[in-house]
Amino acid sequence: MSSMNRREFLQMLAAASVAGAALDARPLLAAGNADALYDVPKFGNVHFMHFTDCHAQLLPIWFREPNVNLGIAGAFGKAPHLVGEHLLKAFNIKPGTREAHAFTYLDFAQAARTYGKVGGFAHLATLVKRMRGGRPGALLLDGGDTWQGSATALWSKGQDMVDACKLLGVDMMSSHWEYTLGDKRVQEIVEKDLKGKIEFLAQNVKTTDFGDPVFAPYAMREMNGVQVAVIGQAFPYTPIANPRWMMPDWTFGVQDENMQKMVDEVRAKGAKVVVVLSHNGMDVDLKMATRVTGIDAILGGHTHDGVPRPITVKNAGGQTLVTNAGSNGKFLAVLDFDVRGGKVQDFRYKLLPVFSNLLPADVEMAAYIDKVRAPHLDKLNEKLAVSEGLLYRRGNFNGSWDQLILDAIMEVRDAEIGLSPGFRWGTTILPGQAITFEHLMDQTAITYPASTLNEISGETLKGILEDISDNLFNPDPYYQQGGDMVRVGGLQYTCTPHAKMGNRISDLRLKGKPLEASKKYRVAGWAAVSEGTTGEPVWDVVARYLRDKKTITPRKLNVPKLVGMQGNPGFAGV
Amino acid sequence: MLSALIAAGVLKPTAAYAAEWNKAAFEAHDTAGALKGIGAGAPADSKDLILKVPDIAENGAVVPVDVISNIPNTTSISILVEKNPSPLSASFDFANGALPEVSARLKMGQTSLVKAVAKADGKFYTAQKEVKVTVGGCGG
Repeated sequence: MSSMNRREFLQMLAAASVAGAALDARPLLAAGNADALYDVPKFGNVHFMHFTDCHAQLLPIWFREPNVNLGIAGAFGKAPHLVGEHLLKAFNIKPGTREAHAFTYLDFAQAARTYGKVGGFAHLATLVKRMRGGRPGALLLDGGDTWQGSATALWSKGQDMVDACKLLGVDMMSSHWEYTLGDKRVQEIVEKDLKGKIEFLAQNVKTTDFGDPVFAPYAMREMNGVQVAVIGQAFPYTPIANPRWMMPDWTFGVQDENMQKMVDEVRAKGAKVVVVLSHNGMDVDLKMATRVTGIDAILGGHTHDGVPRPITVKNAGGQTLVTNAGSNGKFLAVLDFDVRGGKVQDFRYKLLPVFSNLLPADVEMAAYIDKVRAPHLDKLNEKLAVSEGLLYRRGNFNGSWDQLILDAIMEVRDAEIGLSPGFRWGTTILPGQAITFEHLMDQTAITYPASTLNEISGETLKGILEDISDNLFNPDPYYQQGGDMVRVGGLQYTCTPHAKMGNRISDLRLKGKPLEASKKYRVAGWAAVSEGTTGEPVWDVVARYLRDKKTITPRKLNVPKLVGMQGNPGFAGV
Repeated sequence: MLSALIAAGVLKPTAAYAAEWNKAAFEAHDTAGALKGIGAGAPADSKDLILKVPDIAENGAVVPVDVISNIPNTTSISILVEKNPSPLSASFDFANGALPEVSARLKMGQTSLVKAVAKADGKFYTAQKEVKVTVGGCGG
């Protein structure tokens, strides 16, 4: 039964109705169901809680799910490549509900006002405590992308998040963007801060010289009389998707064979439940689950897919559950196993949206967050401009936030073309909301932020677009690397996702005129992965543009013409 | 030259010897020519020839390649990178029952099939895998 008493419930109801008073009756109805939302009865005897890709968001935020997440070849029409109504239908979620809002982009701005912000470590902490209360011994797993994504994480070199995770009670973690703090900083945190508190696990990070493991590959615990093992999987393509010079002595990769070896090793040591805490991305996890046997569940992240239920993958050794738990602190997953007779008999899984209006802030965590933010408040809260339209990033092609960044860097740098990376993180701004410096940092806070201006030939530009589209649309997930498609400003093109590598990009045009292969164009960009790139940090360039404009009109998205994607359940228009 | 073998790697078996320089094979500009040069016209696919390469190269300038042959009486292993200007990148001979296992670092200019070719009892066997070389960036 719920741990929330009658008084808390009434307070919550009052808060919810105030928040939505001017809108409609939905919050009242929804609040009435709040207790049911978080009343997850304990099942079985082995319990995991999982969040991933929080991207250093300590406070509640908005995060709009994508309306374009194309599934190509074997991924066509399957989770996680389902958007909007297709996703609701596949997972039996009623449209127009709180859950529908959490898992889709539908009616986003209106629903966001109705249901309030999501995530925030203080609210997450309350939910974690509540789940833990009924689940003795439960492990809290963090899938990584935790130490990057906000101004305060960047300025404190990840320290604010490291301490927040210790306070939250994280037991084990995986990794990706963590490495962009540099190998030395990662090792310093692992050795000094995490030692004896949080296990930093990665079976697939080795030294480039002799292939020695850099981190512990797995950790084992006894939980309610059952031996359980958690194996860590870092993002396999970190040195390709991010600057390799930041971790030059380490090599990554999927490393299926070593994963199998680790699974066999923990099984031999008596593990009855084996879970992989993965930062592969869901498509890679789904493939890995067909090739490696003996894993009960792969708790996944990286691709930021809020997938309501696990996907069961059959393999030679039985079956493996594959999950993906969204991003930005928006969700907490709870996985319960019933383990009897030395094996998993059954399971229950819930991906709980963290609605900050329904979960009172944990006092200790709220105080901690206030403390780390206090020295920076003036800078964080600077209002740069007001946005008339919805600003979001997530999706296979340009989001409106990316479009704003492109418009800004092209205008400030006087460039005819702009390129902006296809990151999946970055919070959402509602129409009419002020854009603060903190919001801008939510989109840009990386350790290689230099803005650039280059002369690039038409031929090279096509090559870049071909290369990156293959990283997204290669039919084999093991050849997919990194994030969404690079965001393109100024340049129009046609994209045929299921064409072969080198043939997906066509009809490149600049202001209606075909791009010339040998002609050089002025291209503004940022986040170059090559060492020694210099330039003004992109946030300063964009901040200048925003201060100057004051009001940001709704953006016109420069998205490619897509061929062959009509009817794809991962496509709901762009 | 893109095709140059950057480092011969660590030859694990002490009894392995580098092949004598096969000029025609190493200077061939296509895979067919390189295969012909080492005497292998149309090698047969073999599951007993294990080729370990990354799916995506972390650094195209030094792509780690491991080849292990479980084919009895293997006397040579060659490694080819199809799209390199000179595909044949390395060739190793094994004498006196040396364990046919090699490890090397190859340079790759672009996404390409990498082939291993083993010779055993006068016959040729092959295994291949695509290694992607990408501009990178855009990291999720």
